[in-house]
Amino acid sequence: MANHSNHSHGHDEAHAHGSLKSYIIGFILSIILTIIPLVVVMNHMMDPIPTIFVIMITAILQFVVQLFFFMHVRERQGNQPRWNVMALIFGLAIVLVVVSGSIWIMTYNGVGY
Amino acid sequence: MAQAVSQNDHGHHDHGHHDPQELKMLGFWIFLITDVILFGTLFATYVVLHHNTAGGPSGADIFEMPGVIAETFILLTSSFTSGLAVLAMNKGKVKQLIGWLVVTWILGAAFIYLEVDEFAKLIHEGHGFSGSAFLSSFFTLVGTHGLHVSMGLGWMLLLIIQLSRRGINDVTRGKINVISLYWHFLDAVWIFLLSVVYLMGVM
Amino acid sequence: MLENIKQFASEFFVTGDPLIYGADVSIALVTIAIFAGLTYFKKWKWLWRNWLTTVDHKKIGIMYILAAIIMMFRGGVDALMMRTQLAIPNFEFLHPEHYNQVFTTHGVVMILFMAMPFMFGLFNVVVPLQIGARDVAFPYLNSLSFWLFFLGAMLFNLSFVIGGSPDAGWLSYPPLSELQFNPGPGQNFYIWGIQISGIGSLATGINFLVTIIKMRAPGMTMMKMPMFTWSVFATCVIIIFAFPILTVTLALLFLDRFAGGHFFTLDGGGNPMMYINLIWMWGHPEVYIVILPAFGIFSEVVSVFSRKKLFGYTSMVFAMMIIAFVSFFTWAHHFFTMGSGADVNAFFAISTMLIAIPTGVKIFNWLFTMYRGRIRFDLPMLWTVAFIPAFIVGGMTGVLLAVAPADFQYHNSYFLIAHFHQVLIGGVVFGYFAGMYYWWPKMFGFKLNETLGRWSFWFWNIGFYVCFMPQYLLGLMGMTRRVSTFDWDTGWGPLNVVSTVGAYLMGIAFIFQAIQIAYSFKYREKDTTGDIWDAHTLEWTIPSPAPEYNFAITPVVDSRDPLWVEKQRRAAGKLPKKDAKPKYEPIHMPSNSGIPIVFSTFFFIAGFGFTFHWVWMAVLGLAGVLACLVARSMNDDEGFYIPAEEVEKTEASLRGTL
Repeated sequence: MANHSNHSHGHDEAHAHGSLKSYIIGFILSIILTIIPLVVVMNHMMDPIPTIFVIMITAILQFVVQLFFFMHVRERQGNQPRWNVMALIFGLAIVLVVVSGSIWIMTYNGVGY
Repeated sequence: MAQAVSQNDHGHHDHGHHDPQELKMLGFWIFLITDVILFGTLFATYVVLHHNTAGGPSGADIFEMPGVIAETFILLTSSFTSGLAVLAMNKGKVKQLIGWLVVTWILGAAFIYLEVDEFAKLIHEGHGFSGSAFLSSFFTLVGTHGLHVSMGLGWMLLLIIQLSRRGINDVTRGKINVISLYWHFLDAVWIFLLSVVYLMGVM
Repeated sequence: MLENIKQFASEFFVTGDPLIYGADVSIALVTIAIFAGLTYFKKWKWLWRNWLTTVDHKKIGIMYILAAIIMMFRGGVDALMMRTQLAIPNFEFLHPEHYNQVFTTHGVVMILFMAMPFMFGLFNVVVPLQIGARDVAFPYLNSLSFWLFFLGAMLFNLSFVIGGSPDAGWLSYPPLSELQFNPGPGQNFYIWGIQISGIGSLATGINFLVTIIKMRAPGMTMMKMPMFTWSVFATCVIIIFAFPILTVTLALLFLDRFAGGHFFTLDGGGNPMMYINLIWMWGHPEVYIVILPAFGIFSEVVSVFSRKKLFGYTSMVFAMMIIAFVSFFTWAHHFFTMGSGADVNAFFAISTMLIAIPTGVKIFNWLFTMYRGRIRFDLPMLWTVAFIPAFIVGGMTGVLLAVAPADFQYHNSYFLIAHFHQVLIGGVVFGYFAGMYYWWPKMFGFKLNETLGRWSFWFWNIGFYVCFMPQYLLGLMGMTRRVSTFDWDTGWGPLNVVSTVGAYLMGIAFIFQAIQIAYSFKYREKDTTGDIWDAHTLEWTIPSPAPEYNFAITPVVDSRDPLWVEKQRRAAGKLPKKDAKPKYEPIHMPSNSGIPIVFSTFFFIAGFGFTFHWVWMAVLGLAGVLACLVARSMNDDEGFYIPAEEVEKTEASLRGTL
């Protein structure tokens, strides 16, 4: 397996995807960020509200880690705009609207079910 | 329309020839974002309906965490190995590439096995899809993710065949980049499944 | 045995209504005639090679528009049937159940199988030409989108003769659409017809977004894009974020009906309101999806026919993108009466009213573009001018509806019906007509007849107001939507007669358009200039109709109205009278493929199987779908090149310089 860890060149500029080092860092960070909420939840270490905070924050952090270390969102081709990042941000905003909007609207309607 | 205009502000000006792999990568990325919305909608449904157990069991009653934790680490590792596959490809090593893809495939299959096993147990205990709104939305959300992983497995098999036949070229390189992105994406979705469905369910 | 078959057939086919038997016979005759004609003239191969397997965006666009016009006929007949039933109190023209089916299919067909394909048709024909591209980003996917749409629409329309039509309203609200209250196959047709075509729409959204982002001609920055392309960009953004929600919502409803789920059922903890919440998260952006391209068309037409540059380009772009964004924050105004509480209603009322601001900006920009312009009233401009008052009235009544407390009065009344027909016909249909008349010469190389077009225009417009203005009043008088009849003592009789007369006037207008197309085709005069309207943008720099490779030489752009600027420079003597002989190069083209139509047919088969709970057929269809995916993945056809000499020859003959 690869032993030149920072030897990340690809066929050409557009395909130069990360290095072994970045994958390993990402992997380790992901494992840590998975274990934290697991430990908190399985041992009932906190009250419900802080627990939810811990779960969501570690989940979001892990998502960010994967975006940067696995999916390489920082890479761009030449000086073109970062369309992929823009699309992602807009998409996540819409997801937030869909989820929180549904909860908000359905709070009153859920009563009695 | 002036022919003398400078073309500096445009990356490629080779008379309408666009790098097809670059187009596909962007197109696939946008497709993944539509998939994010798809999962977002399923999450919204789950969150709204998960209290509606109709007298049946809730998440805390039925979730078996050991299996779920195993699934989590298996999928996470497979995401890592799919990244190693891309690294091998960038070095032009076909055998190594196929090797990592096979490892990823086996891990993905193990994940699916555990998930099917979990579902089978639940159904066997009488907590099937049509038990309550909670169970319907649980099976749909987790099952949709499982379906995505299964599709990915089939696709990966196809790519392994293509790689062994044709080796690494521009077309197969594009496809490997795309499937590895897909695989990372499925892992990211699983993080939220684990958090919202399982961890919040049992806490 | 024979008894069994008889029994099956009487349930399988829709029976018992002479209107439907009549339609059955005419459908069968038309189908036989088409097949016989194709066989007699030996056109099967031609059809397959040139149309069914094509990946050329121009041909796909024409097929979309053709399908849209046929669907407009079907939806229009539905509308006339409804208006006939409502013309006189206590009229017995349609059974109440049949009436339910007719208003359901009218809505679905008009929005999803008329407006959407009409829009996609214009996308396909115009966008690559307008940005100076050889094709869309994914030509194969484009063909797949079309066939998914087409076979989805066919599956939906099949319910007319087989199994029975859906009858739970155009958005199919549960619990009425659940198995318990609607056990027949009609709702399944609805779900699968829309699901299949919806996948196609989503793919089109991705395709055109990538096309616009990546394939613009050199020099065409985002802020130099033509306005129609901008509107397509905004629309595609909405499509990719809204359509997945539709896919999920319909899938959940299907799981309820097919697999005993409890998402939207009354028992088992399900919540029908959740469906209404979800479907409008798609449904509201959907209406902006269909209107934004119309805005783009008006922007093009108004500047060309006023012989001016578009007023307020930047504000137009911002208005469009703001509308696209805010459209995701207004969905709850469709169910103010659901009881979500005052804070929810207040938020969504305000966000809805906010949309009026960017829309108002656009209206003023169009008016200022016309101001002091030398206006030519050709058909595209006529429709644009007619749009403005229609849309203002529709928009203002929309703001009235957005007032949440007042909406409790208007909700589900004919006031609402009048409002959304006013914006959908006055905005969307008028817009697409303007676009059709404007780009028709680019598609076919000849103009549509002006006189017949004017007859049609006036019939449409007068009919439109005669039909819908009374409906506002009817709504205020208490007439609710979806009622199949009413009593004499309601006092709704006179206005309903007037409304029906208006509907028939629009029907006559459609006939005029059909005659117009046939007449113009027969007596067509070939346009040799390629720039028949003295227009501003790149699509008019090439011959009409465009050659299969679009641009022999990729154009280079340095302004928002490249052709307009070039013509001005030429007139001012700043450019040589005749360009130097261009140097042609071989052009890469994608190969045709039969997979999209086969793929979509398998999807159709799967949908049909699910509709009738024939699992074997559904599995067969899905297996076919997978096989097509595999076949495509394994196929490494990389297209072909048109040699430079051939390009040179084609150009010379098209431009008449041979």
